[in-house]
Amino acid sequence: MEEKELRTVVVATLKTIAPEVEEADLRPDRPLRNQVDLDSMDWLNFLIGLHDKLKVDIPEADYAKLVTLGDVLDYLKKKLK
Amino acid sequence: MIEFKLPSLGADMDEGKLLEWKVSPGDTVKKGQVVAIVDTSKAAVDVEIWSEGRVFELLVAPGETIPVGTVMATLLEAGETPETAKRMPRAAPAPKPAAPARPHPSPLPRAGGEGVVSGRRRISPAARKHAEELGVDIEAIPGTGPDGAVTLSDVEQAAAAKVSPAKTAAVPDKQAEMRRAIAAAMSRSKREIPHYYLSEPVTMRRATEWLAKANEGRPITSRLLMAVLQLKAVALALRKYPEMNGFFRDGAFQPAAAAHIGVAISLRQGGLIAPAIHDVGEKSLEQLMLDLTDLVKRARAGSLRSSEMSDPTITVTNLGEQGVAAVYGVIYPPQVALVGFGRIVEQPWVENGALTIMPVVTASLAADHRVSDGHRGALFLAELRDLLQQPENL
Repeated sequence: MEEKELRTVVVATLKTIAPEVEEADLRPDRPLRNQVDLDSMDWLNFLIGLHDKLKVDIPEADYAKLVTLGDVLDYLKKKLK
Repeated sequence: MIEFKLPSLGADMDEGKLLEWKVSPGDTVKKGQVVAIVDTSKAAVDVEIWSEGRVFELLVAPGETIPVGTVMATLLEAGETPETAKRMPRAAPAPKPAAPARPHPSPLPRAGGEGVVSGRRRISPAARKHAEELGVDIEAIPGTGPDGAVTLSDVEQAAAAKVSPAKTAAVPDKQAEMRRAIAAAMSRSKREIPHYYLSEPVTMRRATEWLAKANEGRPITSRLLMAVLQLKAVALALRKYPEMNGFFRDGAFQPAAAAHIGVAISLRQGGLIAPAIHDVGEKSLEQLMLDLTDLVKRARAGSLRSSEMSDPTITVTNLGEQGVAAVYGVIYPPQVALVGFGRIVEQPWVENGALTIMPVVTASLAADHRVSDGHRGALFLAELRDLLQQPENL
């Protein structure tokens, strides 16, 4: 999957949780949960959404690696290889 | 004859707008069945009925705003027939609040106004008001009621017959409405309830380790959140300290038999709603996780059930997600307590005479002094703390 396509999927999934998100406002290098008001239930639903769309498993132990949008994209790229 | 009334859907709601009937006259209804959808300032609520019978008459039309307690429909009990049942007058629509907020819930208008003589014609106040709302000239409507009285349904028929350009009433600002509702309930709480506040640091090492382990083996779709451990612990602590669980009504405390915990859920567009998860003490953590996920989803989608809105016996709020260390809540009347959890933070901690780093959460209690004292509140928090040290038993 191309990076651009992956980003589209991730942002679309995020929008199902937080419809107010504007893609242009998302900074890839800033903590996602600070930019978008996501509580732990939202975060879990976001990851479940990614799991459903991309068929990747994201163990809870890996949550700490997923801080910024860039982190999420890098992590998924590796998983999808 | 059974009267089905609009139930209270929380202290911050004193009227609702009927959106849709889910039943028709002649339908048999069971306890717990959703019979109508009513819009409140916070959400569209599926209103359940708690008696059994056959729907006889629907007295409120979709689009009407009615106060809590208004008879919305009548039902026939077993053995009753339409012939033996007396027809009810139609319900009067609620008067629109003139002031932006009402400090006290206004007394409920009687359902169905008696006809008053207006010149030589009989027109009920409700019909007159409704005609004004619908932009129909009441004097031009033929009456079909007793003595030629103009009834609500006459007005509606006349309005339907006419292509009404007057139906462009301003759409009320939902956000402002919700803020007013919250303001009214919270002002009432602070005015009426003598709150006392306590807090206790609760070590969370065992709970976080237990949870990490429990989630390790689970697919992402069935992982648990710390919130469900906290909810369950609160419910179990309430068994020992029932004076935190129930309602203060008519000058007296009414303890609740089960822990229906209202979960404070922030809405993305702003505002707050705290619907109940029922019988939390009786449910497994897995079931609570399913219930919580479902409740949050439906709360945000604006689709809750009346029982969830009306019967929380205590509220739990978790503001730790937003990064605060502790929260001291405002009790949601007629409840008598609110438990708050802050963020789980790692901090220096002395354990067995040695300094260590410990994940700690501040649990707080806001409780009603008319019902309990700080001593009992302290014991409740201590029990909660101890329960969270044994996550495997939750």
